[in-house]
Amino acid sequence: MKNVKQQILIAAMMATAVLLTACGESRPNNRAVYLLLDTSGTYTEELAKAQAIMNYLLATLDSGDSIAIARIDSGSFSEKDIIAKATFDIRPSTANDQKRLFKHKVDEFVSQVNRGSRNTDITGGLIQASDFVNEAGAGEKYVLIFSDLEEDLQKGHVRDFPIDVQGIQVVALNVTKLRSDNIDPRDYKNRLSEWQARVQKGGGEWRVVNDLERLDSLIAMR
Amino acid sequence: MTNEFLTVWSDSPATSLVIWLMIAIVIFYLGRKQAHQVFQSTGRAINSTMRLWSFTLSKLESRLTERNREILIASGARASEKAIEREFTRISNIVQRDLSKYPGLHRKIADSIEKIENDYQKSVDAAPLPPAWGEVVETIAGLPTSGDPTVVKILSNIKRAVEESHQQTLKAYKKSSATSHTLLSGMQPHWRNIDGKLNQVNDKINGLEECSKNIDSQIQNYSDILAAKDSALSSLGSSALTQFFISGLVLIIATLGGLINFQLIAMPMSEMVGGSSYIGSMKTSDIAALVIILIEIAMGLFLFESLRITNLFPVISSMDDRMRRRMMIVTFAILTILATIEASLAYMRDLLALDREALQQSLINAGAAGGIVEAQFRWIPSIGQMVMGFILPFALAFIAIPLESFIHSLRIVLGIIGVGLLRVARVVVRMFGGLANHLSKIMVYLFDLFIMIPVSIEQLIKRQSKSKSASDEDDRYQPSADKTMS
Repeated sequence: MKNVKQQILIAAMMATAVLLTACGESRPNNRAVYLLLDTSGTYTEELAKAQAIMNYLLATLDSGDSIAIARIDSGSFSEKDIIAKATFDIRPSTANDQKRLFKHKVDEFVSQVNRGSRNTDITGGLIQASDFVNEAGAGEKYVLIFSDLEEDLQKGHVRDFPIDVQGIQVVALNVTKLRSDNIDPRDYKNRLSEWQARVQKGGGEWRVVNDLERLDSLIAMR
Repeated sequence: MTNEFLTVWSDSPATSLVIWLMIAIVIFYLGRKQAHQVFQSTGRAINSTMRLWSFTLSKLESRLTERNREILIASGARASEKAIEREFTRISNIVQRDLSKYPGLHRKIADSIEKIENDYQKSVDAAPLPPAWGEVVETIAGLPTSGDPTVVKILSNIKRAVEESHQQTLKAYKKSSATSHTLLSGMQPHWRNIDGKLNQVNDKINGLEECSKNIDSQIQNYSDILAAKDSALSSLGSSALTQFFISGLVLIIATLGGLINFQLIAMPMSEMVGGSSYIGSMKTSDIAALVIILIEIAMGLFLFESLRITNLFPVISSMDDRMRRRMMIVTFAILTILATIEASLAYMRDLLALDREALQQSLINAGAAGGIVEAQFRWIPSIGQMVMGFILPFALAFIAIPLESFIHSLRIVLGIIGVGLLRVARVVVRMFGGLANHLSKIMVYLFDLFIMIPVSIEQLIKRQSKSKSASDEDDRYQPSADKTMS
C-alpha cells in the first residue's frame, strides 16, 4: 500500500515536472497594432468611423499589447505623425487607465482636424508602422490602413521601392471608391491589387475589410 | 500489366484466362499435398500458439485474482482492526469517564441507604396507643354510681383523669405518628436519588454491553476476513466499489468547486503577477491561481493528516503528538492566510470587473461621459464573492477524505478491471486460435474445390485401376478354384 501511494506521488511530481518543462520555451504572445488614419482631402469626413475602429481595438487589446495611431499626411515617415501610442501595463487596472487616456487623446485629435493634408504618403506611413510593430517585438503584428489607398506623393519624395513588412498583417479598412473609380471600376481593383502585390512581395499578409460592422475577424481574440 | 497478362496466350482475354486457369489448376494439383500441409500446419501452429497465450493469460489472471484477494483481505482486515480499536477506545472512554466515578457513586448510594435506615429506625420508635385504655374508660363510665355523691365524684375524677390521660396519650401518639410520617416523607428524595443513580449505572452498563456486542460482531467479521470466507470477500469487494463511486462523485463535486474557485481568483491574480506573460499556452496568472488552489488542497491534506483523520502520509501520522500539533497549527494558519488572500482577490475581481465594465461602457458610448451607473445593491455580490473566496479553500481542504477513499478503492477497482480485461483477452485468444484452425481446414477444402477436376479424374482412374486389379485378381483366383472344384 505504501508503495502505491509513493508511486502515485512520484507520478504526480513527474507530471508537474513535464508540464513545467513543456512550458519552458515561450514565444511572445503579445500583439502590436498600428492604425494609420488618412487625413488627406475629403477622407477626413470618414474619421468618425476611425473612432469606432479605435474603440474596437481598445476593447480587444489586453495587458502587454501595444497600440499606436498615426495620421497619413504629405510626409508620413515621421514620429510627429503619431497621435498616440501605448504599451499596456501588465496590470489590468493600469491598462484600463492607459486605454482611457489613449481614447481621450484620439478623440481630441479627431475633434481638432479641420482640413486635410495636401498629399497622401501611405508608403511612408507603412514603413513607420512596420518599424513600430517590429520594435514592439510582438507575436502578432498588425498595420491597419484606414484610407482610400490613393497615394499622392509630394514632389521629390521617393517611395517607389520594395517595402519590408515581413510577418506583418496589413489590413486595409474602409477603402472608399473615388469619383474616378465610378467612371472606371477597374481603377479601384487595380489600386487594391497593386497594394496587395506590394505587401505580399514585402513578406506581409494582405486583407481588405470594408464593412466596419465585421470588425470581429480583424484581430484574433484571446 | 493485367491486360498484357491476359493476352499472353491468345488475343482473346477469355481464352487466355482459361489457359491461365488450367495452368494454375495443374500447378495447384501437383502441389496439392504440400499445400495441404502448409494450411494444416499453419492452422495448428496458430492454434497451439493461441492456446499457449491463453494459458499464460489464464495464469496471469489467476495471479491477479489472488493479488486482488490479498489486497481485499488486507484492506478489509485493516478496516476491521480500526473498527475494533475504535470500539475498544469507546469502552475505554466509558470506563475512564464513567466507571472511574463509580466509588463516589457507591459512597453516595451507601450514604443514602444509611440515612434511610436511620430515618426508618427513628420512625419505628413511635409510642403505640395502648389498646386497653378505651375499654378501661368505658368500664369506669359504665360503673353504677348508686347515688353516692362521693363515689360519683371519685368516679368522675377518675373518669376525667383517665380521659385526660387518654387524650394526652393520643396526642403523643399522633405527634409520634406525624414525626414518623415526616421521617418517612424525608426518605423519599433519598429513594429517588438512589433510583436515579442506579438508572445511570444501568445506562452505562447497557452502553458497555452494546459496545461489547459491536466488538463481538466486528471480531466475527474480522475472523471471517482472516479466514478468507467468500461472503466476507464479496462484501468487501462491493464495499470497495461503492466507496470508489461515492468518493469519485465527491471528487467530481470538489473539482467543480475548484473550478469556481479558480474563476474567482484567476482574473485578479493578473494584478499581482501580470496579465501579459505566458508559460506555454497558459497565462502565468492562471497558473498562479491554479498553484494557490493546489497549495490549499495540499494544506488541507496535511491538516487532515495531522488530525489523524486520513492516513496518506505515514511520516506525518508517525510524528510525536507535539510535532503533529505544531504541524496542525501551521497548516491551519497557512490555510487561513490563503483563504484571506482569496477573499481579498475576490473583492479585487469585483472591482476590476466594475472598472472594465465602465471602460467598455465609455468605449461603446463614444463621446458620452464614461463611467458606470452605481447600482443600489452592488455590495451584495461583492460580499458574496468575498465570502465564497474565504470559504472555498476550507471546503476544498475536505477533499482529503474522499481522496483517501478513492485511492484505496481505486487499487481494488483497477484489479477487478484488470482481471476482467485478462478474462476477455483469454477468451478472444482462444476464439482466434480455434478460428485459425477451422480456417485452415476450410482452406484445404477450398483448395480441393479449386482443383476438383484433376482430383476427380485421379479418383476415377484410381477407382478404375482398383476395379481392374480386383477383376484381374478374381480371374487369377477363378481358374484355380475351378481346378479345385473339378
